[in-house]
Amino acid sequence: MTSLTEKLQPGKVNLPSWLSKQLNHLGKVIMPLIGIICFLFIWSLSASNIDTSLGKFPGPSAVVTQLGNLHQEHMDERSKEQAFYVRQDKRNADRVAKDPNYVAKIRSYTGKETFYQQIGTSLITVLSGFLLAAIVAIPLGIAIGLSKSLNSAINPMIQIFKPVSPLAWLPLVTMVVSAVYISDDPMFAKSFVNSMVTVTLCCLWPMVIQTSVGVASLNSDWLNVSRVLRLPAFTHVQKIVLPATVPAIFTGMRSALGIAWMVLIAAEMLAQNPGLGKFVWDEFQNGSSQSLSRIMSAVFVIGLIGFLLDRGMLVLQRTLSWDKTSASL
Amino acid sequence: MSTFLNISKIDMVFPTPKGDFTALKEVDLKIKQGEFISLIGHSGCGKSTVLNVVAGLYQATKGGVVLNNKHVLGPGPERAVVFQNHSLLPWLTAYENVELAVKQVFSKKMNSKEMQEWIEHNLKLVHMDHAMHKRPDEISGGMKQRVGIARALAMQPEVLLMDEPFGALDALTRAHMQDSLMEIQDELKNTVIMITHDVDEAVLLSDRIVMMTNGPAATVGEILEVTLPRPRDRIQLASDPHYNELRSKVLKFLYEKQRKVEVISPQQATPTKEEKQSSSEVA
Repeated sequence: MTSLTEKLQPGKVNLPSWLSKQLNHLGKVIMPLIGIICFLFIWSLSASNIDTSLGKFPGPSAVVTQLGNLHQEHMDERSKEQAFYVRQDKRNADRVAKDPNYVAKIRSYTGKETFYQQIGTSLITVLSGFLLAAIVAIPLGIAIGLSKSLNSAINPMIQIFKPVSPLAWLPLVTMVVSAVYISDDPMFAKSFVNSMVTVTLCCLWPMVIQTSVGVASLNSDWLNVSRVLRLPAFTHVQKIVLPATVPAIFTGMRSALGIAWMVLIAAEMLAQNPGLGKFVWDEFQNGSSQSLSRIMSAVFVIGLIGFLLDRGMLVLQRTLSWDKTSASL
Repeated sequence: MSTFLNISKIDMVFPTPKGDFTALKEVDLKIKQGEFISLIGHSGCGKSTVLNVVAGLYQATKGGVVLNNKHVLGPGPERAVVFQNHSLLPWLTAYENVELAVKQVFSKKMNSKEMQEWIEHNLKLVHMDHAMHKRPDEISGGMKQRVGIARALAMQPEVLLMDEPFGALDALTRAHMQDSLMEIQDELKNTVIMITHDVDEAVLLSDRIVMMTNGPAATVGEILEVTLPRPRDRIQLASDPHYNELRSKVLKFLYEKQRKVEVISPQQATPTKEEKQSSSEVA
């Protein structure tokens, strides 16, 4: 009996190194797997006990089914769209054949947006808003970091605007955009500009702060190198300040992109701007028996995209930044 | 030979929240062209402050520095500094680090081909030509310091300022670097001021050793002429009575006349930036 327990205790057995390495490697896979299984178990157990006015709360299987449905709807919509264009081309060809002077009218398909299209819209909006913020924030952050007086002048505004929720900005942005952005043939839809500007306003601040802190806490030896070389101001920024601040800029960009994605979903919900947020809101308003599972599917997709955006930034940071240690997970 | 670099009655006072802190008091030193000077003294005695004043990174409260008949008012490449912790820019390769300096100093005098040759020449001088396209985090501490020296030499400075250049290196690398430095010095005959904590290093490398008294209000205590013939060989010198006599003179100054009092006085309890730097140098 004792010999059996001894054999079963892993601490007392000298495993060959390849085996323990394999076990170690396996542990990295197994533990998350166990976590996910537990989560799914608790979720499906509690879901079946929650009754809402729209039926039972969706469990894992309902969400999987629904993701399939959403994909099928997209494919159906695509084939409808193709059929529409085929019909239109044929009709136009017929008209032209009858009357050579006829100028064919091409109309684009106006079916309802599918789940995939909503994802696409949200991604384009978040990236545009984020890029716009980066274009403003990085130079501003560098300027603030370089000049103490500029920092004290601008810092109060940053501190006040930083904690403002996107939901507070949105009505203002909507009104300003509809007053200012007037064009007969607008390049971008107003709803897109609304969401984008709201995203920009919210993810501007972490980038400004991180960049300016990065510049202000520059290694004094590097500054001395620049002083001994008497580098002119522009070369100083270009050759010393900017590269030295790259790790800090990336830190700011990563947290800003996370904020941007959260803000966007909220903005889309509130303003009925196309995107994943609108999808969630529409489903909620729709109130069918499918709605909750469709919303739950959207929740997972939103989370997954947020995760992928963060990883994308990390990969970018690893490729572009000289400081590989700051680009850890 | 006449005075090339004149450090004239420098006082250095740092304002602190607890009142002024006098780091240096009437530091006076005249250096000839081509001379190799070591500054030695205990941590916190203000060696680095002297160097920073000569470099122009600090402005002396009183007195001033005249180099080659020009009053030193700010930092400049004619007073190149080799910093203690190499201070290479980590995003640039060894070559690019030197290039930054060369472009800044010689862009009007040299074309790009000449600049490239000059950069490579300087890296060759410090035996770093084999790794010149590596970044600082890919090379060892000694190699980084070599690149730092190459960068300083490439500015063709009138005086080379070295702030404990080998302080962070292990003993073997340090000896190797000292030999390299002597070899370069034989060839280029630069005017050098080097800070060190290492008595052997001071005696081995210097023409004169400037021993500083303990701070606050540190000043030049004694100056020791090192008349050992060059080229110097560390193994032969080890049994040379003259060398050992010089060595013991420095040791006597440091450990008898200027014995570091271990009791922490109120002023030392709040070390200045200078002192913090020095204490990390010792470690």
